[in-house]
Amino acid sequence: MKEVKNILLVGVGGQGTILASKILSMGLLEAGYDVKMSEIHGMSQRGGNVSTQIRFGEKVYSPIIGKGEADVIVAFEKMEALRWIEYLKEGGKMVINDFEIPSVPILMGAAKYPQGILADLTAKANVSVFEASTIAEQIGNSKTMNIVLLGALVKAMNIPGIDWEVVIRANVKKGFEDINIRAFQEGMKQV
Amino acid sequence: MKQKHLMTGNEAVARGAYEAGLNFASAYPGTPSTEILENLVLYKDSLYCEWAPNEKVALEATIGASIAGVRSLATMKHVGVNVAADPLFTFAYTGVGGGCILVSADDPGMHSSQNEQDNRNYATAARLLMLEPSNSQEAKDFTKIGFELSEKFDTPVLLRMTTRICHSKSAVTFEDRVEKTAKPYEKNIKKYVATPANGKVMRRNLVGRLAAMEEYSNNTELNVEEMNGSEVGVISSGVAYQYAREVFGDDASYLKLGMTFPMPMEKIKAFAAKVKKLYIVEEMDPYMERQIREAGIECIGKAVIPEYDELNTDIVRKGVFGTEAPTLKSDLDAVVRPPAMCAGCPHRGFFYALSKKKNVMITGDIGCYTLGSAAPLNAMDTCICMGGSISTGHGASKAFGITGADTKVVSVIGDSTFFHSGVNSLMDVAYNKGNNVTVILDNRITGMTGHQQNPGTGYTLMGDATGEVDIPLLCQAIGIKKENIYIVNPLKLDEVDHALDEALGKDEACVIITKWPCILKKFSQQDKNDFDLKPKKCVIDQDKCRKCKLCAKTGCPAIYVGETITINADSCTGCGVCVQVCPFDAISEVK
Repeated sequence: MKEVKNILLVGVGGQGTILASKILSMGLLEAGYDVKMSEIHGMSQRGGNVSTQIRFGEKVYSPIIGKGEADVIVAFEKMEALRWIEYLKEGGKMVINDFEIPSVPILMGAAKYPQGILADLTAKANVSVFEASTIAEQIGNSKTMNIVLLGALVKAMNIPGIDWEVVIRANVKKGFEDINIRAFQEGMKQV
Repeated sequence: MKQKHLMTGNEAVARGAYEAGLNFASAYPGTPSTEILENLVLYKDSLYCEWAPNEKVALEATIGASIAGVRSLATMKHVGVNVAADPLFTFAYTGVGGGCILVSADDPGMHSSQNEQDNRNYATAARLLMLEPSNSQEAKDFTKIGFELSEKFDTPVLLRMTTRICHSKSAVTFEDRVEKTAKPYEKNIKKYVATPANGKVMRRNLVGRLAAMEEYSNNTELNVEEMNGSEVGVISSGVAYQYAREVFGDDASYLKLGMTFPMPMEKIKAFAAKVKKLYIVEEMDPYMERQIREAGIECIGKAVIPEYDELNTDIVRKGVFGTEAPTLKSDLDAVVRPPAMCAGCPHRGFFYALSKKKNVMITGDIGCYTLGSAAPLNAMDTCICMGGSISTGHGASKAFGITGADTKVVSVIGDSTFFHSGVNSLMDVAYNKGNNVTVILDNRITGMTGHQQNPGTGYTLMGDATGEVDIPLLCQAIGIKKENIYIVNPLKLDEVDHALDEALGKDEACVIITKWPCILKKFSQQDKNDFDLKPKKCVIDQDKCRKCKLCAKTGCPAIYVGETITINADSCTGCGVCVQVCPFDAISEVK
């Protein structure tokens, strides 16, 4: 594949974007792609936003992408989808977790969480929306939300020839392999 | 085919140092450099590494190890090199024993720093051989080559990284560690004692060494040409090369520099002669451009590439070609998501109490607690550099004394930052009869950079138990009177308030030590013995709540002001600060 593909995962510190990015990158690397992955975070542990970018192809130069270049964006949180929409390529896909995490100005009552995000983004781009957190809870572990979203991402990317379940087993916490595989499979069904 | 490992640049430097037979490393944590030693310690069966109290100490220890004959490494963030600059300049004079590398991790765009200085300038100022990797494989390879070049040219090597190289992952292949036999130590006064008489000779030798290094730079494969045509040529280094290579594409020719001091000027001249138009693409300062222009070569650099902020492909493309990718825009605006002190952070209670004090100037420092400057607490007036709070506060309170202003000064500093360089500042206050109130926020760990041990925690980087600094005793030894030292629990607002009032009422140097572990810390047995750390939750009784929002004024991210005011049970740790703030007894602690 000559053309470089760009994936962007955006969310809030603590949502598990980094593990999902790691599994994705490992799978792509083992499949023979050149891969670069960047975490963009300031002080994320302290409530800031987090994004990880994964670029893969025959040869990748820049570790980070520019605006209008993402083939797929996975937003782990709704307002983050809004924040990063201008990074989506024309014709790119966006997967949105229907989940709100208010930021500090909103918590303090100094600002309002924007209303109508999903309607606005759905009208402008190719968007899949679902409640990954609800699915993760139904499976029995709310922390698997990131793997549910990874499943949806892998489906949206449509890259054949990678045994994702093997990669997931090798990279999640011991004893939690099966539940993560279930989360992945449920996520695949959402796109 | 060799197995490929996906690694950050920092992990790769650690791996490279291990493979190169490194024996000794020292560092002070600082983003984006911290993970180098955190990964190096994974090889602790083969090498020794440590956290030093500050960067100057780290570099000096590294110099000592090098002179004693082993390969040694010091790592730090860009501003840390300022702290270590004194030994650095003279070390360039003496040269090395065992190979020695200083990693400077610069932070273009200031993701987590107070400035974005370009430390390539240190290479020219101190005359250090400089290498700049542009991905993780190079980070590993250049580390290994760096030790060899350090020994070959008898010079410390500056391995200059940036946030994007430190923190981005790309594929790396491994080699085995090759043990290095230590150079037998020989006393050599002329080489290692930098008196003026010896220094004059060293200084002359340095010039000769530079010529040899420049010749190497002109011939090494570290500086590599990729000729694709004669229309456009690009000279670049580090991560900027990756952006340039992508934006200019396969039609342009490239001279990618891995060794950027001394610059390979002959190679650059030859490359410039082969292309009609020459671009210099570099992040931050016109470091290469200046030298290339000085050599009389026409080029386009900072005329189109900004001199500030982190670069990316968008910026390079817009600067050079004036084009931008089409983007989707929403009609809605995302609300900012600024970092905040965590729910349960022990700094919150202290800053809440401090924010109520009138007529005080608060001099702050570098750490999580700099967030005390953010709304709604706004409890900080200055933040300049590591360890600067106490001395800045001392100068300010002396000035207020001179001008007759009745403003009192409170200087706020974390435990690790106090050990870094705050101790000297407090000595200044005690010695020169200052009266600013120093507050040492002892959260039992280096918090901001992700929980590194320090001289106050009782553990080393290698994981061994060790002695710990007794902060009150240290303050007394420096000259602070025993009755002017207060130790308080920062989660108890009354205690903090009382200590602040007493200290602010005195006309001599006082120290308040707030002692409670960082809520995100992995608690040691000692922490569990010393503090009540059982998880608790706070809840709001909606019948009693009058929606005055005073609890939200603490800035706790677990408290949500909506139609009603609620506490998020997932993030609340039951620190109890909101319970003490509520005037209607509407908040209570539950098991």
